[in-house]
Amino acid sequence: MKRIFFLDGSGPPFGHMLLALGGYLGGFDGNFLWNRIGAEYSSNVPVWSLRLLPALTGALLVPMAYQILLELGFSHCAATGAALLMLIENALITQSRLMLLESVLIFFNLLAVLSYLKFSNSQKQRPFSLSWWFWLTLTGVACSCAVGVKYVGVCTYLLVLTVASVHAWHLIGDRTLSHVRVLCHLLARAAALLVIPALMYLLFFYVHLILVYRSGPHDQIMSSAFQASLEGGLARITQGQPLEVAYGSQVTLKNVFGKPVPCWLHSHQSTYPMIYENGRGSSHQQQVTCYPFKDVNNWWIVKDPGRHQLVVSNPPRPVRHGDVVQLVHGMTTRFLNTPRVRRPAPGTASTSLRPALLSVAEWRCPHSVDCRPSDPTSCGLFPRGVVIGRVRNSLHWTVWFSRHDVAAPLSPHSQEVSCYVDYNISMPSQNLWRLDIVNRESDTEVWKTILSEVRLVHVNTSAVLKLSGAHLPDWGFRQLEVVGEKLSRGYHESMVWNVEEHRYGKSQEQKERELELHSPAQMDVSRNLSFMARFLELQWRMLTVRSDDSEHKYSSSPLDWVTLDTSIAYWLHPRTSAQIHLLGNAVIWASAGLATLVYALLFLWYLLRRRRGIHDLPEDSWLRWALAGALCAGGWAVNYVPFFMMEKTLFLYHYLPALAFQILLLPAVLEHLGDRLCRSPLLRSLFSGLVVAWYSCACHVFNTLRPLTYGDKSLSPSELKALRWKDSWDILIRKH
Amino acid sequence: MLCATSRLLAARTATALPAQPRGRGPGARCRRRELHFPGHPELPLGDFLAGRLPRSSVSAGRRAILRRGRMPPAVRGGPAGVELRPRRGRCGPQVTRAVGPDVAAEPTARSPKRPARGSRRFEAAGRWALLALVTLLAFATRFHRLDEPPHICWDETHFGKMGSYYINRTFFFDVHPPLGKMLIGLAGYLSGYDGTFLFQKPGDKYEHHNYMGMRGFCAFLGSLLVPFAYLTVLELSKSLPAALLTAALLTFDTGCLTLSQYILLDPILMFFIMAAMLSMVKYNSCADRPFSAPWWFWLSLTGINLAGALGVKFVGLFIILQVGWNTISDLWHLFGDLSLSVVTVGKHLTARILCLIVLPLTLYTATYAVHFMVLNKSGPGDGFFSSAFQARLSGNNLHNASIPEHLAYGSVITVKNVRMAMGYLHSHRHLYPEGIGARQQQVTTYLHKDYNNLWIIKKHNTNADPLDPSFPVEFVRHGDIIRLEHKETSRNLHSHYHEAPLTRKHYQVTGYGINGTGDSNDFWRIEVVNRKFGNRIKVLRSRIRLIHLVTGCVLGSSGKVLPKWGWEQLEVTCTPYLKETLNSIWNVEDHINPKLPNISLDVLQPTFPEILLESHMVMIRGNNGLKPKDNEFTSKPWHWPINYQGLRFSGINDTDFRVYLLGNPVVWWLNLLSIALYLLLGSIIAVAMQRGACLPAEVEGLSQVLLQGGGQLLLGWMLHYFPFFLMGRILYFHHYFPAMLFSSMLTGILWDTLLRLCAWSLASSSLARGIYAVGLLSLLLGTAYSFYLFHPLAYGMVGPLAQDPRSPMAGLRWLESWDF
Repeated sequence: MKRIFFLDGSGPPFGHMLLALGGYLGGFDGNFLWNRIGAEYSSNVPVWSLRLLPALTGALLVPMAYQILLELGFSHCAATGAALLMLIENALITQSRLMLLESVLIFFNLLAVLSYLKFSNSQKQRPFSLSWWFWLTLTGVACSCAVGVKYVGVCTYLLVLTVASVHAWHLIGDRTLSHVRVLCHLLARAAALLVIPALMYLLFFYVHLILVYRSGPHDQIMSSAFQASLEGGLARITQGQPLEVAYGSQVTLKNVFGKPVPCWLHSHQSTYPMIYENGRGSSHQQQVTCYPFKDVNNWWIVKDPGRHQLVVSNPPRPVRHGDVVQLVHGMTTRFLNTPRVRRPAPGTASTSLRPALLSVAEWRCPHSVDCRPSDPTSCGLFPRGVVIGRVRNSLHWTVWFSRHDVAAPLSPHSQEVSCYVDYNISMPSQNLWRLDIVNRESDTEVWKTILSEVRLVHVNTSAVLKLSGAHLPDWGFRQLEVVGEKLSRGYHESMVWNVEEHRYGKSQEQKERELELHSPAQMDVSRNLSFMARFLELQWRMLTVRSDDSEHKYSSSPLDWVTLDTSIAYWLHPRTSAQIHLLGNAVIWASAGLATLVYALLFLWYLLRRRRGIHDLPEDSWLRWALAGALCAGGWAVNYVPFFMMEKTLFLYHYLPALAFQILLLPAVLEHLGDRLCRSPLLRSLFSGLVVAWYSCACHVFNTLRPLTYGDKSLSPSELKALRWKDSWDILIRKH
Repeated sequence: MLCATSRLLAARTATALPAQPRGRGPGARCRRRELHFPGHPELPLGDFLAGRLPRSSVSAGRRAILRRGRMPPAVRGGPAGVELRPRRGRCGPQVTRAVGPDVAAEPTARSPKRPARGSRRFEAAGRWALLALVTLLAFATRFHRLDEPPHICWDETHFGKMGSYYINRTFFFDVHPPLGKMLIGLAGYLSGYDGTFLFQKPGDKYEHHNYMGMRGFCAFLGSLLVPFAYLTVLELSKSLPAALLTAALLTFDTGCLTLSQYILLDPILMFFIMAAMLSMVKYNSCADRPFSAPWWFWLSLTGINLAGALGVKFVGLFIILQVGWNTISDLWHLFGDLSLSVVTVGKHLTARILCLIVLPLTLYTATYAVHFMVLNKSGPGDGFFSSAFQARLSGNNLHNASIPEHLAYGSVITVKNVRMAMGYLHSHRHLYPEGIGARQQQVTTYLHKDYNNLWIIKKHNTNADPLDPSFPVEFVRHGDIIRLEHKETSRNLHSHYHEAPLTRKHYQVTGYGINGTGDSNDFWRIEVVNRKFGNRIKVLRSRIRLIHLVTGCVLGSSGKVLPKWGWEQLEVTCTPYLKETLNSIWNVEDHINPKLPNISLDVLQPTFPEILLESHMVMIRGNNGLKPKDNEFTSKPWHWPINYQGLRFSGINDTDFRVYLLGNPVVWWLNLLSIALYLLLGSIIAVAMQRGACLPAEVEGLSQVLLQGGGQLLLGWMLHYFPFFLMGRILYFHHYFPAMLFSSMLTGILWDTLLRLCAWSLASSSLARGIYAVGLLSLLLGTAYSFYLFHPLAYGMVGPLAQDPRSPMAGLRWLESWDF
């Protein structure tokens, strides 16, 4: 509404856009916080128009139920029954009266089914007529809208596709049609049911990204490039940065993977502790970490190893893929390094020791055969064959391991990354990094701000700079650990970095440079991400973003849904005890469940009998029976079963799409039973009498639960208690 | 032979042409195109094949061998094809036993060129010789340099160790069912391994320990995969070259080779999977003679192998699904056959229930029975199981337990959650991290026995040492208010109105206080389930609940695994919902109180079904616990078919002896291509048949093989591959190998069919033969050559790594992700 970027894991933007449209038409300016359940809407919120759309779609369910049953070939009676049941289902009413998306989803689900039925019925009479095309296209559009509202809509889409492909398969087998005609049929279906939904889906995102162009609370999850394309936020900072990274550039490097938190490569004055808690040794050099906040210590200077300048020459010399660079930490002027001593050890006993195994035990190794004769006193202290030199530097003893990489503090299988502190020992520092642009198009591609995703490969050890994801202990200020990982371990996003902020360095002197680093950068180059790139990234993030699986008070498991063992309290009047609950009509739920069971058993029974050559039903009514089952029982199953495999927090309202299909099945089964069982007029009237009794029972339940559905009446505690038919229903009773 | 595609055919015949008789022979309506090629005597390929047979055979015999061997069989004769279709899946009258000489002769008898009768013997001999050759080659490759490297490779450290446990009869816990490890243990035992080697970590030298028996056993089973695949493909396609191609693909695959050479569960698992597949296919071909001896034999063998597959790893479930699908569609078919009475169908059903459900279940249960019988000593797996279970194990402190019976104040106890595989109430000197409730000491449940599981029961109001001899012993009674003090850290079990770390609806449980002095949030009411007030509380038997006095919540374990800060132990919470679930019920297991007399307790002995159920619960929990961590490199299922990355079995540095599990890329990429080609070709044929196109008899027969035989194999591949996409646990490259077996068999069938179709469409007989032979030969030779190139991966390499140009493997690092 305010054109602020947001991210929602549950569904594509179409549903939210529809709601916003309602608000926009009602003149809502988006200035309401929606932060608390039960908060009063202020006067500028057009509640009525915001709630209009869900209510409208919810109301349309009733005639659509009628239409669907008619199209399925059932009588007007059954169709009316379905519509009436839809009408008195408390849960559907509650859900469609509020600003929620379920009823919109159900609407599109049913619309897809209905239009497909209309289409397949017109198939027999007038293929390729106008109405044929209309219904076919509408099927595709409704499917894509359903998917666009919530991802659960995919289930219905797949169901329709399956039914359509079975029909198409029969069509292929129809020898009366010519090859060309069959091909036309197939192409038309493919265009309407595959191409149109895909295009529609893209369109939703296109509109979404056009509307939502300002940065918002979910920016951090997206990549730098994506953020830079939003107005405000990162774009404000990065606007006007030079595009090409040159030698002498000052940059911040952000990890592309960004798990557990997005962070930037960071270093600070503190050094790694000499010996970790578990007894392993470190290089005792300046820490390099990944820091989730913007900080002046996140700045690094790209330096040409062959020169001493830390400024950008004129004209700037861009850094290309495959170039070898040094990274200098801006504030401390130290080189990024992953330590390893090149000199071979005097002895070879050390070769089998891996850094991971340098434990306390080895530190106390009694017979150190390879210690230098000049250091007799140190022999007891150092692992056998590992020490080749030790250096005293004011207070610190530094131990160098020969031929072995120093293990990272928390990930002993990787190398430590540090900034090189010169302790005056004659040890060549290993600070050359080769630039590997991952998303390059050519091998001479220039390193670009934001756009290029790079790996930094250590030249001597071919280790790659990587975010390990572990939090350092207190000595590392709980920042994230950065390690050098062997290149051979394969590709992982946590190894990839991109330049986020960037400017050309201008001052050679340390003091001036510090000043420069503290001041914000500016210059102007525009960059835009193509729609497809943005779409793909947004889509990927939506599918992979994981909300914390915290439990909610009203969350429930799918098993509770069928038996209506759970309820959700939506609202409670601040003073009286009027309240709104999501509660189903118990009679309908129970009989719908029963009907599904009866249908399944009957279907199995008929199927087996048909297999033995006994045709209980005439061919056309059998086909009708099977199609009704495929769409209604199938619709229920595909909208229900997948929830068992989901790991997110589930609520009762997730069941409503499945329930809508189940309600459609109910009158179909009843009519079938009536037709099959009641041969005599007496039985027939008895049966109708039973049905009417049952229906009035359902009406009664609806009426009883009405106060909880509409929340329009304050009830006394005893009345509330009387409504609490199941212990598991959380009906709120005020204690006064 | 029932598969998805054939089902479609049936559905079509049922729906689109309900009235049409089943025997709609293609030959009847379609122009038949004569093909000379299958029976042609002078085929270049023949020389190739014959070259591998004893040279002495006369040329006539040789021809006969060839003809029979390569025939795309009965299907190409009109009548045979007609017979094949309606019964779908019953093999025609032709080769019921692939190598049986008498039956095999039948189809050729119908062909115009009738072979000499004497040649039949040669043919049979040729078939046997070919099978023997294939088997021999498989054994030769698998057993070559089996003893190298003489140190532990990769998971040998687990499975070798578990084999030793069986020999030593110590109880352990593993996430896989016991059969595989039992067999390894048995092989070790029979070959003279004494179970003394520790199997500590990969790279340890075996030295004088006898490990060859166990490796040899695995290699033996691994070698048998090749002849099994050969026979399966032969049975499905009736084409010797297809079978030969399959055998070559598997023999020359470095991945299968590597996986078969070490002490692992995979060769055993794959053996059972392939054996089940083979016996299922064999039994399908006996379908025309139901209830005959071979029919029963293969049916029950299928059941036995299913039990074996499931008993080794739960992955065996996939082959059960495949056999189940096959059986259901078979039954569906019989049921629709109106010439069979319902009683006969019932008999069929009963036979299958007996052989495919009852028999495997019995065997599977029997392996567990043996498992529990053999492992009767206490070992590292004890803590995973309930108190009652542990009482079975000799050496466990609960075995013939002699402990004080009733809880008294001052007793030191361990408290175990009654829910299976939840562990002991535990605490340790680590605090909850910042931002997660109060920064107090963590309380978790922990599956292993540990001194941090010990708690002292104290009275809530006094801090006096109840073990002081001047005080009388006071028993804890139902409904008492107590304090539980952690013995090691002297903190009290504590709860308060902070949300629990994972289950936000519950309250956090911490350790609080110094030296036992805390506040009123440390008070818990102890209750025994279904007891009256005032009763004493019994060790082991009483099921107790601890109710927090201030908040009124119940101590429970949510069963969720805490993140790294909690050492991946399970979360303990205090639940405000007082519903009685097993999660919030505990029992006291260990009990130390010097002031009380020890009483020998005859702990309730659990019955066998209880043990069985419990061990399954523990295994499932263990499997779920194997989750990959963030930022860790894990193998993804999509990596596998493209052979993206291998597994390092041994050695890292250039001086080490390195073994690298990686499929032969030529074989694997050919498999990948074949699946795509198969889908394309299969759908073209299916659509053509659905349109009622007139297929010549030859093509009709080939497409039957492709749709039915290939369909089964494709189903096998999908069943063994796609479920991994849904699995949350950590996955490895070697999980793909069962699927790879199926895809190799599919490749064999596909290329044989494809080449035949190519040859057929070119019509001219000499050219056709040429194409067929050259195509097949180049596939065989190509595979063999690629094996020559890549064999060091499996047999081990020393020297520079492959990125080093001096390495002999330098040019072979075709993908950057391979690191050998």
